[in-house]
Amino acid sequence: MDLVTRRPEGLYCPPGDFYIDPWRAVSRAIITHAHADHARAGHDHYLVSAASEHVLRARFGQLPMQTIEYGESINHHGVQVSLHPAGHVLGSAQVRLAYKGEVWVASGDYKLAPDPTCTPFEPITCDTFITESTFGLPVYRWPDEATVMQSINHWWAQNASQGVSSLLYAYAFGKGQRLLAGLDPSIGPIITHGSLDALNLAYQASGVALPDTSRVTDISDADKKKALILAPPSAGSSPWMKRFGDTSHAMVSGWMQIRGARRRRGVDRGFVLSDHADWPALLSAIDATGASRVIVTHGNAASLIRWLNESGRLAQAFETEYGEIES
Amino acid sequence: MKAFAALYQALDRTTSSRKKIAAIVAYLNTAAPEDAAWAVYFLAGGKIKRLLPTAFLRAYALRQSGLPPWLFEECYETVGDLAETIALLLPNTETVRDTPLNEWITEGLLPLQSLGEEGRTHELDRLLEGWDSDSRFICLKFITGGFRVGVSRLTVTRALAEHTDLAVTQMAQRMVGYLNNRHHPSATRYQALVADRDEDLKAIEPGQPYPFFLAQPLSQQADALADLWVQSDQWQVEWKWDGIRAQIVCRHGQVWLWSRGEELISEQFPELCEMAQGLPSGTVLDGEILVWHSEQPIPASFASLQKRLGRKRLSEAFKREYPAVFMAYDLLEHEGLDCREQPLQLRRQRLVDVLVIHPDARLKLSPVVEVTGAEQARLQQAKARQARVEGLMIKALSSRYGVGRTRQAGLWFKYKLEPLTIDAVLIYAQRGHGRRASLYTDYTLAVWDDAGPDAPRTLVPVAKAYSGLTDKEIKQIDGILRKSTIESFGPVKRVEPTLVFELGFEGILPSPRHKSGVALRFPRLLRWRIDKPVEEADSLDTLKALL
Repeated sequence: MDLVTRRPEGLYCPPGDFYIDPWRAVSRAIITHAHADHARAGHDHYLVSAASEHVLRARFGQLPMQTIEYGESINHHGVQVSLHPAGHVLGSAQVRLAYKGEVWVASGDYKLAPDPTCTPFEPITCDTFITESTFGLPVYRWPDEATVMQSINHWWAQNASQGVSSLLYAYAFGKGQRLLAGLDPSIGPIITHGSLDALNLAYQASGVALPDTSRVTDISDADKKKALILAPPSAGSSPWMKRFGDTSHAMVSGWMQIRGARRRRGVDRGFVLSDHADWPALLSAIDATGASRVIVTHGNAASLIRWLNESGRLAQAFETEYGEIES
Repeated sequence: MKAFAALYQALDRTTSSRKKIAAIVAYLNTAAPEDAAWAVYFLAGGKIKRLLPTAFLRAYALRQSGLPPWLFEECYETVGDLAETIALLLPNTETVRDTPLNEWITEGLLPLQSLGEEGRTHELDRLLEGWDSDSRFICLKFITGGFRVGVSRLTVTRALAEHTDLAVTQMAQRMVGYLNNRHHPSATRYQALVADRDEDLKAIEPGQPYPFFLAQPLSQQADALADLWVQSDQWQVEWKWDGIRAQIVCRHGQVWLWSRGEELISEQFPELCEMAQGLPSGTVLDGEILVWHSEQPIPASFASLQKRLGRKRLSEAFKREYPAVFMAYDLLEHEGLDCREQPLQLRRQRLVDVLVIHPDARLKLSPVVEVTGAEQARLQQAKARQARVEGLMIKALSSRYGVGRTRQAGLWFKYKLEPLTIDAVLIYAQRGHGRRASLYTDYTLAVWDDAGPDAPRTLVPVAKAYSGLTDKEIKQIDGILRKSTIESFGPVKRVEPTLVFELGFEGILPSPRHKSGVALRFPRLLRWRIDKPVEEADSLDTLKALL
């Protein structure tokens, strides 16, 4: 029997009578991670990973939340439920469901590349694997992340030496903290947009080491010229940006792999760093599960499905409402 | 090549033209002339003859990446650029070589053309070997053509002017000759380009036109026109002719006729060349080619001119049926001297002199339209469609003849007629290229066709359009289109008809080739009509009434 089906409310487990990352309010929800397209307010009961507790509270306040550790298993209506690290952002989890000898895993969003701010992805053997495919095309192959961090620091240092502020656009939750952890604070002050602050505190409360950051109001004009400013892409046209003089703009995202996407953004530099799996990582993650059936959710689902089918794997799609935010 | 790749990256990594110019100047200061020759040529948009068929490049990429053709095409649709797609799919390597640009091009790239299938593959391997993905992208861009890296020809011209300490207008004229694709760049040609004396290049390319000066569109805001006359009363107003912008170059007893695309069109208009033989050597006129029957008070429609352009062999009867005239409005060279730096008022006076001394029915003077204020301009403009012109040109009497669409030399405005408009329904969409890669931005629009009282109405396509929306709207529409796809034919999606747009166009002509029976001129999206239900879009009958 299918352990997960698609209902108008979201992905649903019939024997357990609960949902995974539903996009409408339901009575019982398992949340894979705290990004807005996966975690929504209004459910009656949330099951989440212990590691994601602080960020979820930072984003949604008090929620009727039950937490379990990675690998810890609970039984609900005969379905054995456990959460396993997905390596996407702090607290992100794959959901493993076992029922009458059958095992399904729903990946949520994931990446295989190293990230100092969260527990690395763990391959889980299963019969059916539900995978994302945000970057499900072979043109998406990520460069080595250490090299990318180096070039970001180099760009910052070069700007600082010319008295130009460095403005780095990145998604506030996950990417922001991953960048903070890799920035070299000896180059100059790091200023964060207000939308990152609560999340940074939540990360620190969860035991993730991040460098000191400042509010824009605390930094002198002279120091701003050496500063790196971390802001969400939405801050790009806000009055907040007017506080900086001569500025070099850069965007950090997997989409920056394509020149057209960077030019559309109108930024000087595009750094390719993603919290999602690239094409080779998607294929190797799928392989590692040993799954005989693959269900693809959001992203370039059609390409990945056809590729999997042509390489002898049973693959199909779930229409979801994920992937509506910046990746 | 390494230095050029570094220049490319510097250009690609800033959106400031000041920094781009600085980067080019820095490169030119150190590059060998034979390398700079190619760098300037490609950056300014110079082309080389297609070296390899795209089908060969696709097949090569498939072999190298091991991907099935459908997946390669999916990638191409997302990336929107063939060279970039291939560069992203080839196995990763680091740059471990350096070959001078000139050597890499003349000894590796150009010979590709004459090789057979086997040789090509081998040579392409050799050309791409040892470069990283960014450098390979440049290599492949050379091969696929259209090497645009966010620098315009004008940016390169400005950098060269700064590098050589010459005027931008002078450098721009030299660039016209330098970039024509009859000659490949070389150290000699580059040295002539940057020489401090002017004769060298004119000797090589006697027929070179000057770069065209283009007008700024006058803002659609109501007071933009009034503001002009508030700022100054020193304007010369003319009709905006609806023909082919062209220059007549008379030098050394020879005549050349150039279109705005810097294409030589002498052969298509022999009677104009014959007329120009009567002009003194050392004369360059700027104006518009029109089809105009001598007994008519207004020019023939643009369609007649298109017929002339499309015809290779011109019979006498055909020339009589579509007689061409040259409507002169500016004098760029007089008695062998470049007079673009003189004010329009003076150039106009001399132009009148030239035309008076050399009368010819095929050479007309664009008359000055009597306008002394915004209100009068508005009244004249209202007559434009009747007079079969596009609107008014408003030029500052003090303006020099600049290069491209710039403001430094002085102001030229075009005050165009309001476009004709209809409300049409989006029925097909295709993904865009470049900045709009991977977004659905190219739309086919349709209007209702009433088949009869009993038959249901159908939507019949009338135009393809893509410009005119904001980035935000494009993104929003892209999202809607992805969710309302009915079927896909290759890159084209047929979507549920739910979106209505106000479509603007300059004119409408009967066309037996189109299913709708009409063809629209310069169709573009003016507005997304969120307020309008699909049922209320315009019908083919409404459209045909405009014929």
